[in-house]
Order: sequence, then structure tokens, then C-alpha cells
Amino acid sequence: MTKELFDCRVSFAETLIELASKDKRIVAVCNDSIGSSNLKEFAKLFPEQMINVGIAEQNMVGVAAGLANAGLKPFVCAASPFLTGRAMEQIKADIAYSRSSVVLCGMSPGVSYGELGPTHHSIEDMSWMRAIANLTIAIPSDPNETSSVVQWAALSSEPIFMRVPRHKIPAIPGTERAFDPTKAHVLREGNDVSIVAIGGMVHVALDAAALLEKSGTSAQVIHVSTLKPLDEKTLLSALSKTKAVVTVEEGTTFGGLGSAVAELLSQNSPTKMKIMGIPAVFAPTGSAEFIFDHFGLNPEGVAKEATALIK
Amino acid sequence: MLAADTQQVQWWLAQRSLLSGSVQTDEALRHTTLLELSDQSRLEILRIIASAGLGHVGGDFSVIDILTTLYFSVLNIDPKNPEKEDRDWLILSKGHCAAAIYVTLARAGYFPQAELNTFMKPLSFLNGHPSRGKVPGVETSTGPLGHGLPVGVGGAIAAKLQKNSRQVFVIVGDGELQEGSNWEAAMSASHYKLNNLTVIVDRNGLQQGDSTENTNQLEPLDEKWASFGWEVIHVDGHSPTSLLEAINKPRSDKPRALIAKTIKGKGVSFMENKAEWHHKVPSPEQVNAAIAEITS
Ligand SMILES: Cc1ncc(C[n+]2csc(CCOP(=O)(O)OP(=O)(O)O)c2C)c(N)n1
Ligand SMILES: [Mg+2]
Repeated sequence: MTKELFDCRVSFAETLIELASKDKRIVAVCNDSIGSSNLKEFAKLFPEQMINVGIAEQNMVGVAAGLANAGLKPFVCAASPFLTGRAMEQIKADIAYSRSSVVLCGMSPGVSYGELGPTHHSIEDMSWMRAIANLTIAIPSDPNETSSVVQWAALSSEPIFMRVPRHKIPAIPGTERAFDPTKAHVLREGNDVSIVAIGGMVHVALDAAALLEKSGTSAQVIHVSTLKPLDEKTLLSALSKTKAVVTVEEGTTFGGLGSAVAELLSQNSPTKMKIMGIPAVFAPTGSAEFIFDHFGLNPEGVAKEATALIK
Repeated sequence: MLAADTQQVQWWLAQRSLLSGSVQTDEALRHTTLLELSDQSRLEILRIIASAGLGHVGGDFSVIDILTTLYFSVLNIDPKNPEKEDRDWLILSKGHCAAAIYVTLARAGYFPQAELNTFMKPLSFLNGHPSRGKVPGVETSTGPLGHGLPVGVGGAIAAKLQKNSRQVFVIVGDGELQEGSNWEAAMSASHYKLNNLTVIVDRNGLQQGDSTENTNQLEPLDEKWASFGWEVIHVDGHSPTSLLEAINKPRSDKPRALIAKTIKGKGVSFMENKAEWHHKVPSPEQVNAAIAEITS
């Protein structure tokens, strides 16, 4: 059983091109990242809607704020580690605190850049962005959702951070619908254990649930697309059905999805949890797949943790 | 942690003494010897990039003559004792050119050359950007552009405070100079009169997607450095003689910037001056063609 796999930068660029052709307020803002954001075609079609400031992320985010405050609709497209890490204060002060209508698109997030090493891994972006008030965080799980998040973001006036996955992932059921930032989705019912996943880990959670079923464990899978604000209602009601919760994310276990779910549960209905992701280490050298396997971020690894949790 | 290869260090020391004072050196011979050493490194870089299927060959080939000149003819270093207190520092701020610095360090004996075969492979010390603490001889981790110069300024200020003879060299990409952090550091360097600090700009005219001038204009680059209080010297980054002449000039009380004219992909005609070779990986046929050109 081989599933078709997608680089979400493709649907990202297709959608942005479609929107930009109709809405001239839409501009892409880059840091010498036109190629790595898959925007060569965009730049060719709409040279005036492409603002490439060169290798200068702080400037890039500040410029985007100015463009937005003047009435344009900037999509900042840059490798996530540099966009979020380098320009953090611009994101906080110029975008979030100033309520500037900018969409920050973290390209190649997580461990997409596997072999290039920890400087290029963006495992902290979700935690860093989550700590900033007034910033909506959307983390697409497949190409359809990448596209629907872009469409929603183009119409929204709030400051937004989204990830655009690079390493290839399969499609997730149900993502053809229009994006609703207020909703998390139960993808699979189950009553022994819950697996809450986000982004490129949603398909891993689904495969883990299938493995668990074979060994007689009924796992519920919840797909979170909006990391902040969290759909507390769906999560609390779904998670109350099982006695344990595993969270899975392509990011550090400090401050991301696992932390968000733990904050919610511990203050409402404390539940046993396992937070899966990249622990407090800089990942070893290797491809994204190697790093996932290294940290058990694969169906077998998730099933194993879920089994251990309910034993 | 990787340890020195003592036999290799002996070989490196032998090259160095040939190239420096102890035997009366003929300038022309030194020049050609350094270029030969550099071409040998080009072959190694090509080999490990082809094997990894990843890398930044264009920038590696534009910077390798500079690295070879520094490691084989300038730097006060001891690969057997990489933490030696009065050592000179070399920071390759354009960290994406990891293959070039790894090959150079291995040839100086900082770690066994066999380790190069692990470049970017699982669990290797040698990932795509050099890391301090993983690789001996690497003074600070680089990869995100615009980090090397501030750290170099810190090392140079410390040397002044500690009355240490350390010289600090920082190699930056030209596209990298679009990062504001460089210019903050440039101001600190002249403010602190860091005449123990040298920046070498690898002025190959290209960045990732296009030329620097089409992306975010740098020129007049010499006037920029000069107005930040730096001594500026234009050099040929593929000429050891030109580099050495500038490096060995007596110092004023200013930090020094060498603007080294280089060619991205230097040495392989089909790679030269082509933006796409920033991080394109050569096919097996292209590797053979490149080897033929480098060895001809
Ligand atoms: C902060 C940051 N932004 C973006 C990148 C992605 N990037 C890697 S290399 C490169 C181009 C560098 O050009 P240049 O400094 O001229 O290096 P060279 O031509 O010597 O390869 C870019 C944009 C990065 N590594 N770090
Ligand atoms: Mg360059």
C-alpha cells in the first residue's frame, strides 16, 4: 500500500498565484528565498507583487508590516528557522502587537532540512510563535489544507503564522473543506487512547491508530490544524472519552502542541499524557526520515508509546 | 568528539614549512603550490558532495583558495591542540560551505580524512553546516547567515583584553552582507579599534537565487566598509599571492576588510558564475567532467 506523497510548497504556490492574479494587494515578501519557497513562477507572473529584500529577515518582516499597514496583503515566505528565529521581535512588535495584517509563511519547517543540521531545523517555531499574543497559528497537515489555509489567510485581517511543509506527506481525509480556524477534527473514533496530532504528524497518527487496532487497542485520532487559539471545546469533549492522550508534533516537546494540550487538560480534566516530538536535544545528522525514526516519530513509535501509556 | 590525525598533522606541518620562512621561499613557487593544494581540495569537495547528494559546490569552489591560503600559509594554529590559547581564529561565516572547511580541516589533520566519507550521513559529526563542539577547529557554529562577524568581534575584543596575540579572520559571503548584523558588528569593530580582525568578503557576485546586485545592491561595497571605519583592500580571491600580500601588510589601528574578487564555481567551467550551482549536485557525468577540468 503506497500512498501518493506531496510537497506542500506546490499547492501553496498554486494557490498564492491564483489569489494574486485576482487581488493585486497580495504581495510575496522574500529573503533570497524565491526558489526555496517555490515562487519562481509567481515572480515571473507578477514581478511587481514580489518583494525580495535579500538575505535580511528582520528587514523582511518589518517591510511586510509597512506594506500591510499601507493596505497591501503580504505573504512573507522564508525558511521557517530564519523567519521565526531571526525576526522574532519584528514578529512580536511590528506584526502581532501592531495588529498588522501579515501572513508569515514558515517554509520547510520542522526537520525538513534534515542533513543540513540543527541551525536549519525549525523545531522551535511553533513554541516561539505560540508565546506571542494576538497571532493565529495554522499548521497544515497536507497539500489541500495548505491551500485552504492560504485562501482563508488571504481574507483574514489578523496576524497569522502558518507552516508550509516541504518533506513529502500524504493527503489527510476531510481536508478538501474550506478552512475553519476554530475547529479541530476527530478523524477516527476510539475509546482506549487518544492521539492528538498536528501538521506532518497527522498521517503518522492515523497509521499508528491502524496498528493499534491490530493489537486490540481502540485509538481516537484528533487532527489539530489551528495551534492557537486551540479548539478547546472539541478537544475537551473528545479527550474526556479516553483515559490517556498521546500528542505528536514535528517540533520540540517544549511549548508546542503537547504543551498546549497539557495546559488545557491540566486546568480542566487532568489526564495522563505522553508528549511526542523532538526532546530537548539538537537532532543528530540525517535525513528528515532518519530523524523521525530516531525519535520514534513513526507509526510504530507512536503505537508503542500509546500502548505503554494505557498499560 | 573527533580527534587529530597525527600523521596527517605531520604532513601538513611539512607543507607549511615548505611554504613559509624556514626554506627561503620563492613567491611564484608558493603561489603554484598553494593552488595545487587547493585543487586537491576541490576534488575532495566534489567527491563528498556527490556521495552525500547534497552540498553547496559553487560557494565551496569560490572560497577554497582563500581557505587553503590561510590554513597552509597564514594561521597560527595547532591541529593537535585545537584549543591552544593564542591560536588564530578562522570563522567561516558562510557556513553552507561546510564541505570546503571540513576538507581543509581534515587535510590539516584536525580529524581523520576518512571521516569526510560520513559527510551529511546519519549520525555524522559533519552535518551540512559546521558546529562548534562537534568538529575541532570550528570556532563557532554557522549556517544562519550573518553570525560570524559579531562572534569574531567578540574574539578580537577578548584578545585585546587578554593581551593575547590572536588574529581573527572571518570569511563572509557577499550575499550574506545583506544581513544587518554584519554592519552592527562592523561598527563595533572600528569603535574598538580591532586591528587584530580581518574580514574576507567572498565577492563572487552571486547569492542563492540571483546576483547580489539584482537582489539587494551591495556596491559601492568598499565605500561602505570604509565609511564604517575599516581599512579596505581589494584582492584576487583566487590568487594566494594577492591574498598574502594584503594579509601581510602592516596594520593601522583599524579593522581590515579584504574584498576578494572570486568566481562562484571556480575551476569548473560549466559551474562558473551560474546561480543554479549554489546548491545543485553534479551528476556522475558532471563529476567526471569536473574532475577532468580540475586535474588538467
Ligand atoms: C539567515 C539566513 N537566511 C537565509 C539563508 C539561506 N541561504 C543559504 S546560502 C544563501 C545565499 C548566500 O549567498 P552568499 O553569502 O553570497 O554565499 P556564496 O555565494 O558564497 O555561496 C542563502 C540565502 C541562511 N542560510 N541564513
Ligand atoms: Mg556570493
